Amino acid sequence: MSFWEFANPRKFMALSAATSPWLFAAALVCLVVGLVWGFFFTPDDFRQGSTVKIIYVHVPSAMMAINAWAMMLVASLIWLIRRHHVSALAAKAAAPVGIVFTLIALFTGAIWGQPMWGTWWAWDPRLTSFLILFLFYLGYMALWSAIEDPDTAADLTSVLCLVGSVFAILSRYAVNFWNQGLHQGATLSLDAEENIHDVFWYPLLVAIAGFILLFVALVFYRTRTEIRARRLHAIGLKERMA
Amino acid sequence: MMPDLGKYAVEVLSAYGVTIGLLIVIVALSMVRDRRVKRDLEDAEARHRRG
Repeated sequence: MSFWEFANPRKFMALSAATSPWLFAAALVCLVVGLVWGFFFTPDDFRQGSTVKIIYVHVPSAMMAINAWAMMLVASLIWLIRRHHVSALAAKAAAPVGIVFTLIALFTGAIWGQPMWGTWWAWDPRLTSFLILFLFYLGYMALWSAIEDPDTAADLTSVLCLVGSVFAILSRYAVNFWNQGLHQGATLSLDAEENIHDVFWYPLLVAIAGFILLFVALVFYRTRTEIRARRLHAIGLKERMA
Repeated sequence: MMPDLGKYAVEVLSAYGVTIGLLIVIVALSMVRDRRVKRDLEDAEARHRRG
């Protein structure tokens, strides 16, 4: 079976109908286990005190804010190159989920930053690029809403997505590009020596799995809605022309 | 059962509260919109079939 078969809306609807309930259930289990484990059963950090518990909501949401944009970029490129409607609709469906993750990351970061850095906000490279990413999400969603023709909207939003990808990459690597600012480096690393202690690491992995599964489940679910909305739009056009 | 969050209780609880709240909002909004679009599409298809 080829990946491109799912570009057929009927095949996508069948696949997503079968998998969505399981994805939502798995996301719920991972989120509950990860957050309860992290909140109730992990110790305080010797320097950060109980604020270290914010890591279980801040890191997964920040990761997914960037990864959601990366997924939108891939879907937008597929639309621009191969003109598969499902991919454009999947990108549209992902944007509101991505903006919610971005908002969570910005809010929990500010709450965590205040007691640790003594300020809610700083024009630090990572924080600033994240704020710009949030504005790109807003612009992307506004552009979809502003254009009535779905193909034109898909074309223009895809181009916007390509431009915004610069800030998604900057959000991820800003601390490496500019060795300045308040924000620390990567929390997760392939080098075990650099990682946080296992007692924080395992619940964090479960929470991250929960956020990833929730994102996939929501994108599947919302793409189904967008496919129906596109069909509704097409029927509306036919009725107006008749 | 509740862990002792010390002087950072407000910060930690509000971070969790906002996160869970926003996640519930996006799931609920997605479901509401899906139901509305599904219903409108069924009506439109029924109209279309009747001609």
